[in-house]
Amino acid sequence: MKLSFRVNSKIEVLDVEPLTPLIEVLRDRLALIGAHQGCTGDNCGACTVLVNDVPVYACQVPVCQVDDAEVRTVEGLTADAERLAPLQEALAKAGATGCGFCTPGMLMIGLALRQRQPRPGPEELRELLSGNLCRCTGYEAIVQAMLEVME
Amino acid sequence: MSEKTSAKIDGLDKITGRAQFTDDMTRPGMLHGAFLRSPHAHARILSIDTAPALAMEGVHAVLLGEDLPVNYGVIPVAMDEHALAIDKVRFVGEEVACVAAVDRATAIRASRAIVVEYEVLEAVLSIEDAMNKDKPLLHEGKRKASNVLRRVRQRYGDADAGFEAADVILEAEYDYPGSTHVPLETQVALAEVTADGLLTLFSSTQIPHYLHRILGRVLERRMQDIRVVKPHVGAGYGGKSDPFANELCAAALAIRTGRPIKIILDREEVFYAHRGRHRTKMWLKMGITREGKITAADFKAWAEGGAYASYGVVTAYYFGVFLPLPYVLDNWRFETHRCYTNHPPCGPKRGHGAIQPRFALEQHLDRLALEIGMSPAKLRSINSVQPDTETSNGLRITSVALNECIDAVVKASGFEDKVGKMPPNRGIGIAASAYMCGALHAIYASELPQSAVQICADRSGRIAIFSGTADIGQGSNHMLAQIVADTVGIQPKDCRVLEADTDFTPVDLGSYSSRVTFFAGNAAVRAAEKLKAAMEETLCKRWEVESVRFEDGQVHGGVNADGEPIVASFAQAVEWAEQEHGTLGFTGYYTPPKIGSRFRRQSVGPSPAYSFTAQVAEVEVDPETGMVKVVDVWCAHDCGKALNPVIVEGQLEGCVYMGVGEAILEDHNFTGPMSRRGPLHKSASILEYKIPTLHETPRIHSILVESMDKEGPRGAKEAGEGPQLPTVPAIANAIFDAVGVRLETAPFTPDRVLTAIERKARKDAKEAR
Repeated sequence: MKLSFRVNSKIEVLDVEPLTPLIEVLRDRLALIGAHQGCTGDNCGACTVLVNDVPVYACQVPVCQVDDAEVRTVEGLTADAERLAPLQEALAKAGATGCGFCTPGMLMIGLALRQRQPRPGPEELRELLSGNLCRCTGYEAIVQAMLEVME
Repeated sequence: MSEKTSAKIDGLDKITGRAQFTDDMTRPGMLHGAFLRSPHAHARILSIDTAPALAMEGVHAVLLGEDLPVNYGVIPVAMDEHALAIDKVRFVGEEVACVAAVDRATAIRASRAIVVEYEVLEAVLSIEDAMNKDKPLLHEGKRKASNVLRRVRQRYGDADAGFEAADVILEAEYDYPGSTHVPLETQVALAEVTADGLLTLFSSTQIPHYLHRILGRVLERRMQDIRVVKPHVGAGYGGKSDPFANELCAAALAIRTGRPIKIILDREEVFYAHRGRHRTKMWLKMGITREGKITAADFKAWAEGGAYASYGVVTAYYFGVFLPLPYVLDNWRFETHRCYTNHPPCGPKRGHGAIQPRFALEQHLDRLALEIGMSPAKLRSINSVQPDTETSNGLRITSVALNECIDAVVKASGFEDKVGKMPPNRGIGIAASAYMCGALHAIYASELPQSAVQICADRSGRIAIFSGTADIGQGSNHMLAQIVADTVGIQPKDCRVLEADTDFTPVDLGSYSSRVTFFAGNAAVRAAEKLKAAMEETLCKRWEVESVRFEDGQVHGGVNADGEPIVASFAQAVEWAEQEHGTLGFTGYYTPPKIGSRFRRQSVGPSPAYSFTAQVAEVEVDPETGMVKVVDVWCAHDCGKALNPVIVEGQLEGCVYMGVGEAILEDHNFTGPMSRRGPLHKSASILEYKIPTLHETPRIHSILVESMDKEGPRGAKEAGEGPQLPTVPAIANAIFDAVGVRLETAPFTPDRVLTAIERKARKDAKEAR
């Protein structure tokens, strides 16, 4: 099946099996390795990307569903490889990364929330982040770093 | 958008998604592997027919146990594993065959086409089964016909006399659950053989050096023809401290097929690879005087270890050796057992071997404190080990700031004003602990250095650091960079760390037993001091000054005759020093001190230093549902010296987080023998095996206490494991404070808590009548 969609503002046209999980297309076909696969549908959240600004688990989305859609991954957080987005900078400064496997997914959640509501309260942020697992940090550093940017 | 700064030198790679984990790597012509796993807990393999798999399009090879007949195991005294099962399978999920195919889907399909004929054997499924001599043996042909891998018995002082001297004696049984690590990255290995005959294995491992040795052994290949590289690792917590079947099979299949091959475990398979916490039954008897002095202890433990040894021999020792720490105890004895059962193998998980005895002893102390009417915080303080002493079992104690930790958490939490006085269903509890900073003795007997670091100063002012350590997210790369950078007054980001590549980095034994900061850190200090000394020599001569100071990327030599500052950039100073000394390359290594022991066979447990922790937990219990909410945890940790406070605090928070999971959620458990489908894993997915999300994670208040260890690198000690030890018992003690029930079995799930509350209500009602 021929699909056309935008990934980080760039148009991609691919011939691909329609039920291939989006995560596999991103990682194997487009070499976007930032979204990670920690499970297959267990809700770890490491593969979180945005589809039309809505955060989704990319392991649970068949690629045919993103036909004509706009997909955003951690690689698309900034246009300039030499610079960081504010959310990224906050996480880096706060040492809010342990192994870093969950980090791209967390960032995409943070971005989605920020787009929806520029100044979310701590409870809103916690609620949304609770769909993503982190096994290293105890979450607090991530929440605090993100709140700092959003306030 | 702004300038790049990071608390960690590799933080930028991680937050931009550019950090390369093993699964992010690919090779032209790369094959993929998949395992056929055992459906039986205990069975004899009668025959295996691989023809249907080999006939499938896209299948390149099928590997069986007989292809890799050499046994291995991470601990040399207990090498009971094979890459793939030979003759027998010993747990549901054990690897029986490994298929190499053009893609993973084909490999999985082909693995299912293999036909195996089994003769099902009676399974050994519990500690009781394992201790029962009438049950079948898991491992036949051992010297001792038994399902007990190791029994350790030691006695110090005179326990009976100690009990005689006690005013109060308490006996109780405790049951600690199994749990597993759940690193978000599953195990992945990629192997390739190049034309020169070099086999390279990229793997998500915590132990590149031991893996290197085991590959040499199992593949019967010269170690110089094997290279192990560890890319970024999506954490381990102990779960990647063994050599795994996917690593050995990837290597063997790369050799056999001549093609690169990747073998990744899916999430369910990680639950079979396991190597997690041992389910442990314990019995503890302790005596205490009215004044609160612990006089004696008697401890027995039985650990259910699964099908293979892994680090299980060590587990059996740690249970006993670390029992009294952080307290003084002169008269005591223990007997511990580590058993084989037909479940996935247990191994080292964060706080290895010390979590279970703390669960028992720290609850016991609270009960004794209640009996003698003393504050549980004070009871701990007055029994604390003292600096520069030796414990009754011969552990050399150096720096200790336990009482500072206790005072800090008591004060920060308002413990004394709250304990016993909180509103209904709210409670507070305390616990304390100590943990090792690396093992004095390597896993294989050797007098060689256990850590080494090589550094090279470049004319640009950058320093390259080569180290065999394995950063698995805990920040050991940053630790090395920080030590070197601090020594010569530059920024950590101006150091480049090349780590965990057995071709290019000097040996380090790996990331386990909380050894890296103490061992590799000391090696880095020594290498950096040599560089500094060479540069000092050059600059003092050149400037004709007595001493120089390294600061802010510059070297300062005071002022000249005209009163002008003498200063050069670090890069300039490197050039001058290189002119005089030649290339500025230096090595440093660390071999732990030879600390003699009064006791024979005291080789497992001693460490060059110990970290200390105190914690207070505050909980809320819903008496209607039994649901426990951990609200706050205060954690004060004696880390010697916080080389990077942000990273150390992160370790404390991670430890408490993991402890909370073990306290209220996690139970690595199996359906019993009566289950129609056999003893299956109850929760082999993250959906079913619950780990804390943000909802279950309490507010964590980290307090760093610095005791400046004399032998630690710049005074530092470990911080990555010790802070997990007190969390579960502190929560148990808080639940008792909240609802008056003593939970001797973890995790504290709603049904368990509710049952205890209802039992207490019935008992109270009966007594009232």
